Amino acid sequence: MKIPESASAPRALPDRSRGWLARSATSWETLLLLVAITIFLINMQASPYFLDPWNLSDATFNFTEKAMIAFAMALLIVAGEIDLSVASIIALASTAMGFAVQLGAGTPALVFIGLGVGLLCGAFNGLLVARFGLPSIVVTIGTLSLFRGIAYIVLGDQAYSGYPESFAWFGQGYVFWVITVEMVLFVLVAVAFGVLLHKTSFGRAVYAIGNNPTAALFSGIRVPRVKFVLFLLTGLMAGLAAVCLTSRLGSTRPSIAVGWELEVVTMVVLGGVNILGGSGTLLGVVLAAIIMGLVTFGFGLMNVPGIVMSIFVGLLLIAVIALPVLGRRLVSLRR
Amino acid sequence: MSGLLSRRDALLALALALLIALVAWRFPAFARPASLGGVFTDSSILIILALGQMVVILTRCIDLSMASNLALVGMIVAMTNAALPALPVPLLVVLAIAIGATLGAVNGLLVWKVGIPPIVVTLGTLTIFRGLIFVISDGQWINAHEMSDGFKALPRLTVAEVPLLAWSAIVAFAAVAVFVSRTGTGRALYAVGGNPDAAVYAGIDAGRTRCIAFVIAGALAGFAGYLWVARYAVAYVDIAGGFELDVIAACVIGGISIAGGIGTVVGALLGALFLGVIKNALPVVDVSPFWQLAISGAAIIIAVLFNARAERRPGRIILKRAEQGVAVVAPRPLQGGSMWGESIRAESNRGESG
Repeated sequence: MKIPESASAPRALPDRSRGWLARSATSWETLLLLVAITIFLINMQASPYFLDPWNLSDATFNFTEKAMIAFAMALLIVAGEIDLSVASIIALASTAMGFAVQLGAGTPALVFIGLGVGLLCGAFNGLLVARFGLPSIVVTIGTLSLFRGIAYIVLGDQAYSGYPESFAWFGQGYVFWVITVEMVLFVLVAVAFGVLLHKTSFGRAVYAIGNNPTAALFSGIRVPRVKFVLFLLTGLMAGLAAVCLTSRLGSTRPSIAVGWELEVVTMVVLGGVNILGGSGTLLGVVLAAIIMGLVTFGFGLMNVPGIVMSIFVGLLLIAVIALPVLGRRLVSLRR
Repeated sequence: MSGLLSRRDALLALALALLIALVAWRFPAFARPASLGGVFTDSSILIILALGQMVVILTRCIDLSMASNLALVGMIVAMTNAALPALPVPLLVVLAIAIGATLGAVNGLLVWKVGIPPIVVTLGTLTIFRGLIFVISDGQWINAHEMSDGFKALPRLTVAEVPLLAWSAIVAFAAVAVFVSRTGTGRALYAVGGNPDAAVYAGIDAGRTRCIAFVIAGALAGFAGYLWVARYAVAYVDIAGGFELDVIAACVIGGISIAGGIGTVVGALLGALFLGVIKNALPVVDVSPFWQLAISGAAIIIAVLFNARAERRPGRIILKRAEQGVAVVAPRPLQGGSMWGESIRAESNRGESG
């Protein structure tokens, strides 16, 4: 549990790491864009139904909800923490909304409850990690069980349904032609987190903490507070995803969104965010979300079962991290 | 330090005894030896996996792919048994351990040779292994009637009135206990997890040690794969889905520090038994099994709060002069940095110095 200063030193030397970091940051998004275009073209070749605007619009549901969480998670991972409880927050928020429906709550109240439960769960995680200094991976594995466990206690093997018709707007509504409400939310959330991470001092603090929490603390950054806010935001986004998903499905089961935490983390890592913290861009995560959506949709059109797609996603996750490492090794061997 | 650890184990043993006493107070039948033996047997697979996970966590790594490894190996041995019923069952057990170790080696080599953070590697192999089950089985189930009788009977055979399933856990416990306390590689696990830099300066190959840890975890997961499939007499894509979290929960409750270097085999055993007792006690005290998930979640959080208090010891500088160059033992600067980072950076350190 002791972290020797010498161990964290290489990461803190800017003149050694910045050149490589800057290069990979500029090239990673380009690479992702090329991958996205390639998959798009392959899909076009593979199925004549791919280019149908309504099909494409439907395909965005594959990733919009997960991506909203992934944007907040990206900031959290840049800061060197992680939240594995996001899917369970969805389950708990959705259960709370379903419970409220039975008491006759209207659509505005439901949205308020969904987002509020998300915030509360995020605050609980943030309190344990930021205030008590506990490792986030263990805390959020605990709350992963706890939050979904509460949903199971409330619901058992039952399900809530009977959501008001106006509530369906979030997950099933269209703003204009094929543009869904979720797509608009996706763009708004992406822009908001992009600005927060790349254009504000808060965002700079997030990078600083991820690179060297001790140095960040000595630079006057309130490290625990920043971490707490990041957990709050992640909880809030999980609450928003819960509103969208519940609205889209029109019902709540305690097993809702099970396993999403891994897909969200995969999205973030695929987007070029260093799992060890300190680097990554929001544009990368946006592109990674679109790639994962395209892959899922394309395989779906070719009747490939979902579980086989997951092999591809797993391989992609390992390959995108391994290939640059192996490539650098080849280059240094040639020298 | 060993005093502290044994105190943590004793505390957990006390909590476990209290839990059993609490249930037995209302339902005395629960504390009967036969009933408690049943709980132990029921927890055996979790114990075996928790021992494997402990070995990995000791080195500051984590293996999220254990349950998928278990399920994949279980499917392979079940299909082999269905196709070739004449193959002796002990051979299948050896096969299970070998395949499990190979899958573990995939994790280990990616961590060691490619330098990918363990959580990313095992997150990837978690989905890959699970997907491979679908590919090899085509989504079909292997049902009880397709398995040979010997295949299904082995875990239930009793030696000295204890089923082989429980014996497997006991043997695994003894083997891992001897390994971590009496072998050089076993001690290296603690060294690498406790302080990777110091371990490297002491002549320990940190990457190789981690790789070995993953192979051991994989072998135990493979072994558990056979036990699972034989015990429940069915193999399909989703067996043991999400079980990797139970395994980590058992380790955390057992006081094994996720930051590496701290943990005992007794802790892993007690952590797994704690979850096993809760799981088996709920129906006895007539609480809906739906409570189990929330209770184990709460147990994890309480346990990690306890662990943090036990681990927060003041650091000591042993060599004042070395402090400026390489601190031999430095106080931990700040709680909650990224816990997978250190291992990788220690590696790069080594590369630069060498």
